[in-house]
Order: sequence, then C-alpha cells, then structure tokens
Amino acid sequence: MIELVDVWRTYDVGAEKLHALAGVQETIDTGEHVAIMGPSGSGKSTLLNVIGCLDRPTAGSYRLNGREVAGLGEDELARVRREEIGYVFQSHHLVERLDAVANVELPMTFAGVARSERRPRAMEALIEVRLQDRASHRPSELSGGQRQRVAIARATILRPRVLLADEPTGNLDRTSGEQVLDLLGGLNAGGITLLVVTHDVEVARRAQRVLILEDGRIVHRCAGRDLTSLADALGSAARAPADLSG
Amino acid sequence: MSALDALRLAATALLGRRWRSVLSLVGLSIGVTAVVLLTALGAGAQDFVERQFRSLGTDVLAIVPGKVETSGALPGFGGVPNDLTLADAAALRDRVAGVRSAAPLVIGNDTVASGARSRQVVVIGATAEYRGVREFELRAGTFLPEGEWARGKPVVVLGSKLARELFPDRAAVGARVRVGAWRLRVVGTIASQGVHFGIDMDQVVFVPTSMALRMFDRSSLNRVALRVLPGADADRVSDAVTELLVERHSEEDFTITTPDAIMETTGRIVGMLSLAVAGIAAISMVVAGIGIMNVMLVSVSERTAEIGLLKAVGAAPRQILGVFLAEALALSFAGGAIGIGAGLLGARVLAALYPAIAGDPPAWALAASFALALFVGTLFGVLPARRAVQLDPVAALAKR
Ligand SMILES: Nc1ncnc2c1ncn2[C@@H]1O[C@H](COP(=O)(O)OP(=O)(O)OP(=O)(O)O)[C@@H](O)[C@H]1O
Ligand SMILES: [Mg+2]
Repeated sequence: MIELVDVWRTYDVGAEKLHALAGVQETIDTGEHVAIMGPSGSGKSTLLNVIGCLDRPTAGSYRLNGREVAGLGEDELARVRREEIGYVFQSHHLVERLDAVANVELPMTFAGVARSERRPRAMEALIEVRLQDRASHRPSELSGGQRQRVAIARATILRPRVLLADEPTGNLDRTSGEQVLDLLGGLNAGGITLLVVTHDVEVARRAQRVLILEDGRIVHRCAGRDLTSLADALGSAARAPADLSG
Repeated sequence: MSALDALRLAATALLGRRWRSVLSLVGLSIGVTAVVLLTALGAGAQDFVERQFRSLGTDVLAIVPGKVETSGALPGFGGVPNDLTLADAAALRDRVAGVRSAAPLVIGNDTVASGARSRQVVVIGATAEYRGVREFELRAGTFLPEGEWARGKPVVVLGSKLARELFPDRAAVGARVRVGAWRLRVVGTIASQGVHFGIDMDQVVFVPTSMALRMFDRSSLNRVALRVLPGADADRVSDAVTELLVERHSEEDFTITTPDAIMETTGRIVGMLSLAVAGIAAISMVVAGIGIMNVMLVSVSERTAEIGLLKAVGAAPRQILGVFLAEALALSFAGGAIGIGAGLLGARVLAALYPAIAGDPPAWALAASFALALFVGTLFGVLPARRAVQLDPVAALAKR
C-alpha cells in the first residue's frame, strides 16, 4: 500500500522555487493498476520517482506498506528499492556492456543471491518475457520492445510488490507496445501493484484507475474505462496528453 | 555481494571500456616506469662517481701547496705559501717511510701539433713514478724515462685518442710533435682510460716534470701524488710527510688530501646525488599520480548514470563503492606491475647501451612506485565514486 500525504517536491531553480509536486494526496492499494496522466512537466515522473524511492519528497509523508520512507538511511533505502519496488524506465537504462541475461542478474548480485542460482533464475525470467533466445545479446543488439522486456524481467526478478513504469511504451511501436503492456497486465493480474505513467489514452484505459496531474497536483481521478468520455469532458488536462509527447 | 562479484562486475566495466582502460594502464605504467628508470639512472650515476673516487686509490695521498683551513678560508691566507718543489718531492720519496712511489706533478694547458694538425690539450708534467701511483696501461712504447727528475728529456707520452688524431696513418712512437714552443719526441702512448675528473685522459700529454716547469715558467709543483706501501698506514705516512715538509718550509703551508678526506668528499657527493635522485623520483611519482587521477575522474563522471542505475536496482552505496574499488585496484595493480616490468627492462637496455652509468633501480623505488600506483589509483578511483554514490538515483541518472 502506497500512502502519500501532502507530498511536495521543490527544486531551487536560480532564485525561484519550482514545485514539481505541490501537495499530492493519494492512497494506492496493493494489487491496484493505476495510470498517471497529465501534460508534459506536470510532475508525473517526479511522482513516480518519489514513489520508487529514487527521489525524496521535500515535504510531506510517504508511507510504503505502512512504513515511513522519509527517515530511512541509504542502506535501508537500497533494500527497499531492491526488495519492494521494480522500476521500468522510458529509456530502458540497461547496462550496455552486459548481455541481456547479465542485466537481469544484476539486482540478484546486490541482493546476495547465490551465484549458482542467479543464471537459472534470470533465464526463467527471460523465458517469461519470451526472450530466452536473446539471452546473450547486448542491449544494442535488441529492438526497443525487446529491451523494454529485458528491463521488465530485471525489474521483477526479485519479485517486488510494486512495479513502476515511466512511459514504458513511449519509444515503442504499437505491436511491441502491446506486448509490453500485456506483460505488465499479466504481472498485475499476478498480484503486483502496477503504476504506469503514460501519455497514451489507450494505455491508460487498461488501468483500473487514472490519476490526472497538472502543475504537481492531482486534478482528476477516474476509472480507466471511463477515460474516453472524460477526455471529452475535461479541459486542458485531458486534451494536453493527447497532443503532447514526452 | 561477494568480492568475487565485485571483481567480475569491475572486469566487465574495464573490458567494456577497453580503450579507456588501456589508456589508464599506459598512464599508470609510464609513471611507474619513469620512477624505476630515473632511479636506476641515479643509482648508476652514484656508482659511477663512487668508482671514480675509488680509482684515485684509497692508498694515495696528494700534497698541494697552500693550506686549506677546515674553516674553508682561502689557501695561503696569512702569507704566500712556499713553493712545493722537486726537491720537496725527492725528499718525500727518499726520507718518508712507507712511501711506495711519489710523483711530482705539474698541470697546464698548451697546444700540441704535428705538421698541420694541432690540438689544445692538458699537459701533465710527471715522472716515471707516476705509473707507480696510478696504474695504467701503455698502448705502445714506454712511459716517461726513469731518473729524469732534474734534467727532463725532451720526450712526450700521448693519450690514445690524441695519438690517433695526430698520427692517423702512422705510428706515433718515434715521431716528433711540438708542445707549445718545444719540439719533443714521442716515446709512448697510453691505452684508453676515459674521462677522469673532467679531464679526458685520452687527450692529455705527459712530459717530464722539469720540462713542464720550464714550459709553463713555474717554480712550484701543482701537487705531489704519493702512494703508500701495501700494509702501511696512510695516516702515519701523512703525519711523517707533514713533519718533513714543516721542517723544510718551517711552516705548514701545504695541504694533504688523505684517503679519508677523499672518502668523506665522496660520501658528500654521493649523498647529494641520492637526494637529487629521490627528488626526481618524487616528481615523476607526482606526475604519474596526476595522470591516474585524471583518468579515474573522467571514468567516474562518465559512469554517474550507471551508478544511478545500480542504485535504482537496489545496490547499496557500499556495494557500488566495492565495484569501483575492485576496478581501481585491478587497474592500478596491473599498471604498477607493467610499469615495474617495463622499467626493469628499460634499465637492462640502458645497461647494455651505456655500461658506464648503468645501475639497478633501488628496491625502495620499486616498492614506492608500486605502492604509489596502488594508492593513487585506488584513492582517485573511489573518492569521486563516493560523491556520485551519495546522489539520489534520479540525480545520478540525469547525468550523462
Ligand atoms: N532536476 C530538476 N531541476 C529542476 N527542475 C526539475 C528537475 N527535474 C524536473 N524538474 C521540473 O519539474 C517539473 C516536473 O517534471 P517531470 O519530469 O516530473 O514532468 P513529467 O510530467 O514527467 O513530464 P514529461 O511528460 O515531459 O515527462 C518540470 O517542470 C521540470 O522542469
Ligand atoms: Mg516524465
């Protein structure tokens, strides 16, 4: 369970203060599938980063599974990132010098999984994303969709309870995008909490709930299936995502 | 994460950036090589100087006119010293016990010429006894004739190179040369001896001492070189020499250089050289260190994004530092080893090319340069990484 209470993330830009998040208030239950939408610069990535413990809120409280994250030290944060959260970036962020299977092994290395266990587990994960025959390919030798699937395998290898994806299909064509979304959907069906940032209404429609951000605030909440009608009903917030791309 | 895991990750990082790794290796090993080679050269130079002083003979006393005070005052201060004469030298030879040979020496400059060829050379006035003081080989003919102290036959002995240059196509012995205004007959040439205390012994001429005195219109010898008998105590001989000369001059207006004094000077000069060598080594180590630092700094700033990613997948700061430490250690270890290998090889090559000044690099230089490579490599590999590790993953990932 993710509980955000009046979360702010403020940047000092010169003399000015820029509020990337300005009082976000939200609770996301375990197992939910939530899409986050909003115009470019509205704070979607910032929100996801805060939830993923890749960034710290400037003010407010963030409780993950009942535990306040703000007070955690570096080592505990590392443990939370490792065990409770999986992160899929828009630009996959695979390590180029490692092949696909080694990239998937990486989190296990830091988690202290025995060496003999890592390779078989990574191979299994690659089978789940149907890339077993690309195990020894470098990221540059994979297509965009394949890279993103390797990234998903890496993000989920330690069986986290929360999976965060920042525009996972942003760089993909429709077919590879759908493969990735099906994978994510399958993981969610298996019980993982899934948060997806997207500009794509089709992607957001798959979610149970949609949060719409503007200027660092959640301005609308609705169910995924209601999204088309909402787009008509909404003002700038819903129009913008359709026009803009990240 | 085990040390082996850290090493494996480090290895992929090093191999992944093969070019940069090679550059760092080269930078590191050049620094170490420089230290090894320079100290080898320094050690060779030290050896060389020491050998030169030793070749003077530890059983040779030199008596020069004028008193050198231990305070460093100028010789002759408080009165013009008496001449050191041939008669003084003869008295030393005949009346001091424990003297094996004594040679009265006069040193000057003049031209030596044969036909159209001429050279400006150092002219040494000596006697046959000089070969008993400093042993050296003849190439041809004889050295200066025995028993010619007072008269000084018009004969000359040439250094080997000079003989070749003056007489490129015929034997020098028996020929005549002009030394200054004097026509002298060549009676011998000496074998090659090289440079000795700044005088190229292959380019000198020896003439009888009394001839040299006339040649340079002098009454005083420049020095008397005196070799003690094997087993004789050089200090006692020195005391006897002092006594005799004081009796003859009625004052102590001369200076005796004993082997002890020579060894003391040698020690001072060698000490200076050691200091210079250490200084050179320190400078090249600093240069090497800066090189390593640059490579490591660049490497870390290039990899800040990767550090962010490792943090995002749950690596603890200590684990990431472990990877960087392993990487820096592997690199510096290899660089240090290659540098030492190359340095030793280079020293060998130098020894083959220039045997006179070749030396072995001292053990402390090997140890210190290797330790420095490890220390600097590790420090500058890990320190910048420490900063990157403290960034939040988003901040690190944003850096490219
Ligand atoms: N490191 C930073 N320093 C200063 N301002 C920042 C920084 N990172 C983000 N911002 C600002 O915070 C705001 C929110 O950024 P964020 O990346 O969360 O937007 P986004 O909704 O993900 O946009 P997009 O759809 O383009 O990805 C933006 O106005 C951005 O300029
Ligand atoms: Mg974004």
